Amino acid sequence: MVEWSLIIYCGIITFFSRYLMIAILKKEMFTDRIRDVLSYVPSAIFPAIIFPAIFLDINGDILIENNPKIFAAIIAMIIGLVSKNVLATIFSGLISYWFLIFVVFS
Amino acid sequence: MSNRSKIFFKGIADVSPLMIPVVPFGIIFGVLAIDLGLTPVTTIAMSIIIFGGASQIIFLQLFSAGASSLIILSSVGAVNSRHLLYGAVLSEHMSDFKMTWKIIISYFLVDQAFAVTNSYLKKSTDKDKAFHSFGAGATCWVIWQTTTIIGIFLGSIIPEKLGLSFAVPLTFLALIVDDLRKLINVIVIIISGLIATLGYEIIPFKAYVIVAAISGLIIATILTKFKGLNNG
Repeated sequence: MVEWSLIIYCGIITFFSRYLMIAILKKEMFTDRIRDVLSYVPSAIFPAIIFPAIFLDINGDILIENNPKIFAAIIAMIIGLVSKNVLATIFSGLISYWFLIFVVFS
Repeated sequence: MSNRSKIFFKGIADVSPLMIPVVPFGIIFGVLAIDLGLTPVTTIAMSIIIFGGASQIIFLQLFSAGASSLIILSSVGAVNSRHLLYGAVLSEHMSDFKMTWKIIISYFLVDQAFAVTNSYLKKSTDKDKAFHSFGAGATCWVIWQTTTIIGIFLGSIIPEKLGLSFAVPLTFLALIVDDLRKLINVIVIIISGLIATLGYEIIPFKAYVIVAAISGLIIATILTKFKGLNNG
């Protein structure tokens, strides 16, 4: 059971990360150096969600051979780089994943 | 039509194209939440109280892995730290806004709302310009709540063997795929991903997200320093 207090705390954190930015932060508080480093936040945090979801099986063990998610993710990555389209990236990955698990690997 | 409603509708029109990728994201969130055993009421409450796609998905992932509250909170905080980056840009355009407006706009300010608000406020001198952010934010909110509810319904219909949870890494991949064109980003992405994967079982308290993110940022700090030295 998810605790309500946890949801509310996460809501407060999310709200204040946005409120701080428009109510308190000033341009001078960020040097170009800090801004440069902060621009890497998505590249630093999203792979921590992406990689385990692709390379680990349900038991948390690393699965490299016969792992359809790796192929599907590579296809999605290539489509994403070529098309620069969020929807095309997601759906090319899902469709190739379904093709692999229902047609090729079955 | 009054000036205020004109600006409000312009906010809606400006943000609408950006809503297309949000639709599958919201549906995936609803489906996953139901799959993980959350009740429909809790799922809707998350979308209303937290109202942030990446935060909500990370919440679900860590919660289903059995992470503690402290780890969930700090990881949600880390996801949101990218918002601080926008501060420098937005605060100067909103300095004359009333506090009530700042609170309302903050609640609605997801990435998509930020993008259109920022480009509008840069040009606009209208005294009612806050209504633009309000229109854009309210649109994001309505789309997010609607798609969450659609996901809740689909979650009980979609068969588990479709493996729709794979849409989560794909969605996040879509958000950073453009960064793969830059060498420093690629290095940061690979290091963070490897630490999270190899550390998933080893790092205690399911702190793998936060450990990988901090390591990635340290690497980024070091590499950008070298880049700066080479240019200067």
